[in-house]
Amino acid sequence: MSEFAVELLDVHKRFGKTEIIRGAQLQVKPGERVAIIGPNGAGKSTLFNLISGRFGPSSGQIKLNGQRIDGLTPFEINRRGLSRSFQVSNLFTRLSVFENLRCAVLWSMGYRYAFWKFLSRLDDANARAEQVLSMIKLDRRRDHLAMNLTYAEQRALEIGITIAGGSNVILLDEPTAGMSKSETTRFIQLIREVTEGKTLLTVEHDMGVVFGLADKIAVLVYGEVIAFDTPEAVRANARVQEAYLGSVLADQQAGGH
Amino acid sequence: MSLPTISYRPKPFGGPWVVWGGFALVLAVVPLLWTSSFAQTMLSQIGIAIIACLAYNMLLGQGGMLSFGHAVYSGLGSFLAMHTLNLVSAGKLSVPVSLIPLVGGLSGLLFAALLGWVTTKKSGTTFAMITMGVGELVWSMSLMIPEFFGGEGGVSGNRVVGQAVMGISFGPQIQVYYLIAVYCFLSTAAMYALTQTPLGRMLNAVRDNPERVEFIGYSTQNVRYLAFVISGFFAGVAGGLGALNFEIVTAEVVGAARSGAYLLFVFLGGATFFFGPILGAVLMVIALVLLSELTKAWLLYLGLVFLLMVMYAPGGLASLIMMNVRVAMFGKLRRLLPGYAGLAVASVLAFLGASAMIEMLYHLQLNAALGPVMHFMGISLDAGSVLTWLGALAVMALGVALFAWRQRSFSQTWNTIAEEIEHETKMREAV
Repeated sequence: MSEFAVELLDVHKRFGKTEIIRGAQLQVKPGERVAIIGPNGAGKSTLFNLISGRFGPSSGQIKLNGQRIDGLTPFEINRRGLSRSFQVSNLFTRLSVFENLRCAVLWSMGYRYAFWKFLSRLDDANARAEQVLSMIKLDRRRDHLAMNLTYAEQRALEIGITIAGGSNVILLDEPTAGMSKSETTRFIQLIREVTEGKTLLTVEHDMGVVFGLADKIAVLVYGEVIAFDTPEAVRANARVQEAYLGSVLADQQAGGH
Repeated sequence: MSLPTISYRPKPFGGPWVVWGGFALVLAVVPLLWTSSFAQTMLSQIGIAIIACLAYNMLLGQGGMLSFGHAVYSGLGSFLAMHTLNLVSAGKLSVPVSLIPLVGGLSGLLFAALLGWVTTKKSGTTFAMITMGVGELVWSMSLMIPEFFGGEGGVSGNRVVGQAVMGISFGPQIQVYYLIAVYCFLSTAAMYALTQTPLGRMLNAVRDNPERVEFIGYSTQNVRYLAFVISGFFAGVAGGLGALNFEIVTAEVVGAARSGAYLLFVFLGGATFFFGPILGAVLMVIALVLLSELTKAWLLYLGLVFLLMVMYAPGGLASLIMMNVRVAMFGKLRRLLPGYAGLAVASVLAFLGASAMIEMLYHLQLNAALGPVMHFMGISLDAGSVLTWLGALAVMALGVALFAWRQRSFSQTWNTIAEEIEHETKMREAV
């Protein structure tokens, strides 16, 4: 086992002449919960897209458990144990909640492209889908089409699909975006439960979520990780305060967080 | 008439044994009840069309792949089956005639494996374009290689080969029908089974959201490719049966018109339900065999029906049926019957007016030499008189107006019922 679950070494990403990621460095140990924060346009989502294989980096290395994954396709990266969620719910809209989850567990259970086995007889896959269903508390919506769920339910299903395959590294892209305060609080608890013991990277804007969820914070500014440390240390970091966090933190503290 | 969509997938009535037993029974009994040779011709073609349409819908309805060239696989299956049959006739090969359709299937599979490798690299519009290109390619080959495609006259053969086994020589049409029926049943069952497997479900996932599929470990390209190859196999089986049935295969079986017919009738039948293409196949044979006999303007009528379905009932006939089945299951269908009666009268009027004008137009264009008077629905119409035209126009306008008027109150009733059903469902869930 490698020392780091996720490792970014001098990663660059250019779109045409615009360089979005400029030499990002990040080393996340197994089991750590990391929140990636930064001002709008800092490249947080791009960074997630690079790690999960949606785009390939222009240069630099990305490693998962010590093995290079830069340049691989999303499904190859997923098969090596990394799974991600999306900022805008990305579901199988015309399938039921249960079917969504079952689809998400099939590959990890080794069923691949089987067309000689009936789904109804795949006891382990069905049990796992039911288990995730109750973990994300959508039991009552089991047979509803994903398109008919409420916004918060869709967000929960989004997380469910992400964790169902049992990946060890989970990337959540703004999991609480668009949720009310009370929903957010419940949702953080849910994320804590379902990612227990896994390496977690999240992109977040809500500082309440960041401090509620993360062991460490990575601050991304203009495509560079300018700080990566515990929340306290990041709070105290002069460079971070100058670049971005100061004003936000001041607001949050004044607001009683 | 735009109906609010209600998604509904009931458990099959009485379980799978009843559904499949019923299907087998229908296939077995219909030719005994409807015994004319014309009926046997129709039924044989329907059986073949069911396999082809279900194979097509594996791509369209199950996988979200819009193919404009699926006749390539059924058609090439036909040609290779026919060549195999001729080799058997010549004594160069020994294959039972009843297995010739499998030769068609394997040919379809091989060509789908070959050509599909290129086709399924892309999805969406690009996929559609490539299937069209491949279709044109094969069509042009059919003109260039007469040794294989038989040129203008096609390739013909004789399905009666050697000694009859247990009285079965496949000479009489009824014996061919039962061979088709067996293949139809087995293929339908196999294709339904496929929808209940991991590959079948991931195919649905690829249809709904290909991007997400890539992030749960699956290659969308592989899923599409495998489905394409399997669909090619069943298309080829249909083609092989067609070769046995007609005993002649011409180049048009790989042509764009045949591919278009698959798309059109699968859509009319309903791509979103498994049984939709079966309805589509029945409609296809009725339209191509019966309607084309009745009127020269049949393609025009077909186009109009297609247009109306795309605009007002994009789920096809199957979804219209299922929406009403749902209403009936809640015991509310009775309230819709007066509305349906009104709409039916209005539709008939509008159709009569419109088709009188269409037929008069075709009569004037094609049969002018026979004089302006023509027969339409048992009456004589003078296509040369302005009064007749005005009369037909008036009947159509009356029908359309009546439809618009009745449709409003029908929609109201329908919406009320939909709300009631939603409410009742919620109440049941809450208990």
